[in-house]
Parts: sequence; C-alpha cells; structure tokens
Amino acid sequence: MDPHWIKPSSHGIYVEPADIWIDPPVPKSHAVITHGHADHARGGHGHVWATPETLAIMDLRYGPTPNTPMPYGTHFERGEVTFSFHPAGHVLGSAQILMVYRGERVVVTGDYKRAPDPTCAPFEPVACDIFITEATFGLPVFRHPPIASQIDLLLQKRQENPDRCILIGAYALGKAQRIIAELRRANWDGPVYLHGGLEKMCALYQAWGVELGDLRAVVGTPKPDLAGQIIIAPPSALSGVWSKRLPDPINALASGWMTVRGRARQKNVELPLIISDHADWNSLTETILALKPRETWITHGGEDGLLRWCEMHQIKARALAAVGRQEEDDG
Amino acid sequence: MITTFAALIDTLIYTRSRDAKVATIAQFLRATPHPDRGWALGALTDSLSFKAVKSSMLRKLASDRFDAELFKLSRQHVGETAETVALLWPEPAQPKHSDVTLAEIIDALNAATPATAPHIVADYLDGLDSKCRYAFLKLATGGMRIGVSARLAKVAFAQAFGVSVDAVEEYWHAVLPPYDTLFAWAAQGGAAPDITATPHFRPFMLSHPFDGDSLDMGAFAAEWKWDGIRVQVANIGGQARVYSRGGDDISRAFPELTVALPRNLVLDGELLVKGVAQGGDAASFNALQQRLGRTSVSKQTLQSFPAFVRIYDILHDGETDLRALPWSQRRAHLEAIMSELPGDHFDLSPVLPAPDFDSLVRLRNMARDAAIEGIMLKRRDSPYLAGRKSGLWYKWKVDPLTADCVMMYAQRGNGKRASFYSDYTFGCWREDGQLLPVGKAYSGFSDSELKMLDRFVRDNTINQFGPVREVNKTLVLEIAFDSIHESKRHKSGLAMRFPRVHRIRTDKPAAQADTLARLRQLIQVSSSQ
Repeated sequence: MDPHWIKPSSHGIYVEPADIWIDPPVPKSHAVITHGHADHARGGHGHVWATPETLAIMDLRYGPTPNTPMPYGTHFERGEVTFSFHPAGHVLGSAQILMVYRGERVVVTGDYKRAPDPTCAPFEPVACDIFITEATFGLPVFRHPPIASQIDLLLQKRQENPDRCILIGAYALGKAQRIIAELRRANWDGPVYLHGGLEKMCALYQAWGVELGDLRAVVGTPKPDLAGQIIIAPPSALSGVWSKRLPDPINALASGWMTVRGRARQKNVELPLIISDHADWNSLTETILALKPRETWITHGGEDGLLRWCEMHQIKARALAAVGRQEEDDG
Repeated sequence: MITTFAALIDTLIYTRSRDAKVATIAQFLRATPHPDRGWALGALTDSLSFKAVKSSMLRKLASDRFDAELFKLSRQHVGETAETVALLWPEPAQPKHSDVTLAEIIDALNAATPATAPHIVADYLDGLDSKCRYAFLKLATGGMRIGVSARLAKVAFAQAFGVSVDAVEEYWHAVLPPYDTLFAWAAQGGAAPDITATPHFRPFMLSHPFDGDSLDMGAFAAEWKWDGIRVQVANIGGQARVYSRGGDDISRAFPELTVALPRNLVLDGELLVKGVAQGGDAASFNALQQRLGRTSVSKQTLQSFPAFVRIYDILHDGETDLRALPWSQRRAHLEAIMSELPGDHFDLSPVLPAPDFDSLVRLRNMARDAAIEGIMLKRRDSPYLAGRKSGLWYKWKVDPLTADCVMMYAQRGNGKRASFYSDYTFGCWREDGQLLPVGKAYSGFSDSELKMLDRFVRDNTINQFGPVREVNKTLVLEIAFDSIHESKRHKSGLAMRFPRVHRIRTDKPAAQADTLARLRQLIQVSSSQ
C-alpha cells in the first residue's frame, strides 16, 4: 500500500505531489480545509482552499487568511492533483475532498453525516478508489435516532417543567443552529435564548440564508423571564457559574455520546439528547457498502470497530492513527 | 408494565438530587398496581434473582448474536454488559412486548431453565424498544447500579405511604418480593408483617468516623475495631443464620457458625479467621478472604481457615428485644451469657482500659495489629439503633501507611467512569532498578484529579493491550493503604490492603519513588503490635 502519494500523519493528511495538507493541526504553507470545526480548521496557514462558508467561519474565528474559495462542485489543480469539493452534510460549508492523481480517485470525508439537516447541504456520495472515512461513532452501539424524536423529548420536558428552563449544551458551530432549525420545523416559534458565545455563529448562519427565527441574548434578560424557555450554550457553560443566572435549569446535552447512559450521568446531564452531526454506525457501514471503494482508510475515533467490520465483510481497510485527537472533543 | 418501569429507571438514572429520586420512586409506587410495584421495589433493592438468568448467560447470548470482537469493543466503551446488549440488539419494527407486566416477565424468568432461558430472554429483547430492553435486562440480571441504594428505595416506600422508615427496615428482611404483606400494611392499613417465626436480619447500628480532638471517656467505652467482616448471627427456633453487613445470608459459607446456639439469640460481631500460625488469635484479612464468597466449603478449608465471631453486642435474647436498652446494660447481658456459647466459635471483644483520652490515644498508636483497624467508641447509654446515628458510635481508624509509587498501567473504569482511565496499576523499584507492580487503586481522587489522571494516561500511552494502557513511568502517586502482606498475586511478592490514591506527586521524580525493600519493612509495621 505504501508508499502512496497520500501520506497520513499526526500532522493531518499530506498530499505529496501537490505539497498540500488536509486539515493540518499546525500552520502549513498550503492547506485544504474540510470544515470549520477547530480540530480541522486552524489559523495561521499560508494559503487555504475551502468552501466560501468554511472560509467565512475561519475568518470569524481567526481573521483573514490568503485563500481560494471553492464552492461545492468546483475544482483546482496543483502538482498534477485535481482537488474538488463535495457536500459532507456535517455543518454549514462542510466538504468532502475528492483528489484525482494519475487516474486514482481518493475521497477524504472530513466529518460527515447522512441524516437530514436543514442548515447545510446534504452529503453527496462520491465514487472513489480510496475512501478515507471518519469513524467517530465507529461502534455498533451507536445508532442515532431521528432528530425529531429528540426535539419532541425536549419540548415535552419543557412543557412538564414550566418553572424551570431547558439549558442545552451544544457545539457553537453546527449543532446549535441545527437544533434551532429543527425546533422551528417542530413548530416551536417562541424565542430561543443564546449564550453570548453562540451569537456570532448564529448570525453567520443567518447571513448565509439559514432561517433561525427569534433569537435573543440571555445576558440582560431578567431571571424570572427565562422560566419555561429554551436556552442554548456551549457544553462548557453547563457546569460553570454562567448557568447560575438561569432559573433551575434542566441540563440537556446534545451529542451522539448521550447514547451511553454512563456518559450522560458522568456529565451531570438530566436530559440527554442523542443528536449528532456525525455518521452513526449504520451510516458509516452503509456508505462504505454503497461506494465500494477499493480500499477504506479509517480515521477519527472508533477505528477498531469499523476496521473489524471491514474485515468481516472482506473489505480492504487500514486505520490511520490520528494522534493528538481526543475521542470526545465533539460529537 | 415494562414501559412505565423503563421510564422510571431512565428518570432515576438522570436525576441527581436524592430528594427528587425519592419523590420519583414514591410517585411510581403509589401509581403502579400490585404486584408490579412490589416487583419494581424488589428490582430497585437488588432483591430479585433468577437461577437460569445470569450475566454469563447474557454474554453467551451476545456471543451467539454478535461478532465477538465488536461486542468486546462495544462492551469496553459502554462499561456494562446489560446496556451493551440493549444497545446492540436490533430494533423491532413493532415492539410487541411493550404492554407486558413485570409480573408476567418474572413468572417467565422463574420458570426458565438453563436450556430455555436464552430463548425466553431473546424473545423479550426482540419485542422491546431500546429503553425497555435495558430495563428488562437490568431486571433479569440484577444489580441495577443506577444510583439508587436499597436504603433510598425504602425511604421512598416509607414516604409513598406515610409509614416510618425504621419500621420498614425492621420488617424488610423478613418479607420477600413482591412484598404483599408490606404493601398491605403500608398502603392498605392492614396488619404489620409477622416477623417472629423465621430468622431474619436486623439492620446494623453503624458508626461515624471520629475526627474530634477529645472525648469524654466517662461517657464512652472503647473496643478494638477488628479487621474482619461485620456479621449478625441470628438463631430462631433452632435455625441459625449468618448475615453479612448488607443483610445477605452467608450461612452456607460458614457452616461451623450455624451450629445450634443454646436458645433464640441475635448477636452482632466481627467474623474472623483463627490464625493458628500466628499463635491462635485472629489472622489477617487475607486469611479471611479464603472463606468469603463461597457457596460451599471443603473440610480442608474449614480446618485451615477456621472461622469464629468476636461478639460485641446482643440484640435479642429469647423473646426479649434488647435494642432499646443502653449499651452498658446490653454489654452486661452479653458478658453474662458468653459462657453458654461454644467457645471455639464465639468469643467476646474486650472493652479496652481507656479511662481518659490520653490513654485512648496511646492505645490507638499501638493498634497496628494484622487484625485491628483502629478503635471503636460507643456511648455507654446508646440504644441499638438502625443505621448511622450521630453522636453515639464512632470509628477511629489508625492512620494509613503510605508509599510513593509510580503509575505503570491504566484501565477504563466501569459504569459512569467507563470513559475515564480510572483504575491504576502502580509499582515500586526493585534493587536492580526495575519497576514491579505492587497494587491497583481506583479511588481516593476527586473528579478534577480523575480528569487530570485520565489526561496523563492518554498523553503518555506507550502501549495498548485491549482496555489496558501502559504509560510512561513518570507519574508518582502517593498511595495510602491499611496494611501490606506477602502475596503471590504480584510479581513483587507484595499485596496491599485497600490501596487508594492519597496524593498525586507531580512534584516528585519517578526515580525517587519508594523501593520494594522499603515496602517490605512496612510488612513488619503492619503485622507487629
């Protein structure tokens, strides 16, 4: 298999003939970025190729970087490698990267999901020889329920507790906006209150045409007015002093890890919401079966489980150790 | 119905406050018809058991259904077998068993044989959704571990029906699920359960740790705190039982103690093994461990590790309940009847000569015997009350021994600690500079220290063996332990009793951690008086 023109390492995926890194965790002169989450998009690169949405997110977080915007479906060429960008369905602007070099097609999924999401373009299967897949939830215990069922739980809990508020811990990029959009789809047209750390990203989503409805700041709202309300904050705010300003909050955490009861208890969660922007086990395996790549390379988390599954199905696969990534940074 | 029981279990899992848990259970007990409420109470107090349904059967069922490797990886991640199976089991299109009652499930499980049990369990799993599968498996295999103690469930029962929890505790061990008589009494105002006919466990009186600077020794009596296990020996109508601290009947493991007592008696004492090798007195806890957890016991074991009970209190004599009497009167009563007990299996825990606090401190400093953990202090006028009542009984342990050890391996915890590396194997240096494991600790640290230790493990992993990670030998843990003994379990030849992480010594270089030679010196300290 090695030496291959693609060299996975702890510094990201290096595309040798193009001298380009994909999602490098440290500054590089040339970087292709799949999406805006901090463990994929870092500041300080010399030149960045990414979707316009991802570039806007990086601009918001790190300030301007020399870049080439790459809308979905467009491509560029460098060192005989053609790079093109295809929707990954993970968050706004998230892209799979297809690389073609001397006739061989390699897809890097970045993070992806197959479940519908009103805040971003849906995952698009891309035929390839080598499929480099994420495997955050690469164990068969992870079967994410339809998000509507989790939104129902949330609204029901709110109704049962008129004197309390629902405090949802959700990742600032993607998860928060998806929950708001799904609340709107479930006909919740009341206000959604935001922690200050989410305001700018929500505004960015709105600027890109994602309808989020009536959003308000928690700061400046008197405590009694927050009873019976839905509040979204970064997960770290659930345990800190910030939540003291809220009326007896019901801590909810929106994450695929909430499938496992022990995880939810350990995070002091009263209302676990199994909502993930990653592919669950069924999606991971069905996608591989549908694409039928010659080889599957597995990264990010549950490599062992997915590797074993590939072995059982006589699918040629290898695990890429992504050193430095923590298993529960997001989910 | 299984659905309401599953909803109860899920609510309890995610409820933090004790009061809210009590209120949730009480509400459930009031709203649920009999006998399902009784079976649920049995499940919450870990009182149900089905001969043919054990976790080994569940693992077998899983290994027939799922790939062994994927199951193992999943089990490691989830942290417990029942939940792993519940999550892995295929989701039915129509959960046909959603309306099944707990009583129906329990009848089916009781009727199961080792041959039919896997089919019965699989059929239920096929017809239930994920939450119900989890609740069903918890019910079937026992050991809920959902943050609800038996005590809390009893408090909830008492609150649900407005009865005294002490009365519930008193009747508890003489009634069986689904607790018909208990519910008839509490919920319907019927007669109290008759508990006189059969031997049963009475709740122990427990102690608080002593942390004062002084104590009026005129009001308190002192005894050694023995390093055995607390037992209650109850003899009623010629039937004798030995109960453990949790009220479990362990008579079968200790047949020599159920020899006929002269009359109906209920005694409280410490179960110990006679260390013939050590001069005939109590041997260390290690020796006692040879006798624990057995369902039957060989002649050889009976001879090598003879058990006896060192009595320190009496609860009943004949028809008379002595528990309301002050300790001094119970003690006098006990001393008066000791001669009637078979001397090879029962002796009396002496009252220590401690007329003032200074002499008590001197006694405690002497108390590093293999079978002594410290000192018990009992108010002379204290009645025998169930549970831990403040100001009456105290335990005052000897200070633990400590050693600086180096973390070598780490393993993920179970249940809610499954995402953390929380079990640490640590070692000390041999003369030739090799580090050898001397023990394993999984407690003693705070939540934030656990996060720090977990981070250290992840950042310093040099090898992985399944769930175990080998780490860089750089972190010094100050380990506290009650005593240390020779043992074949570790290559180092040493084993600690109750080791726990006392402090994380990030300030100390690993090379300066303790040597095996120093630990061996501590064997002397911990076994000489």
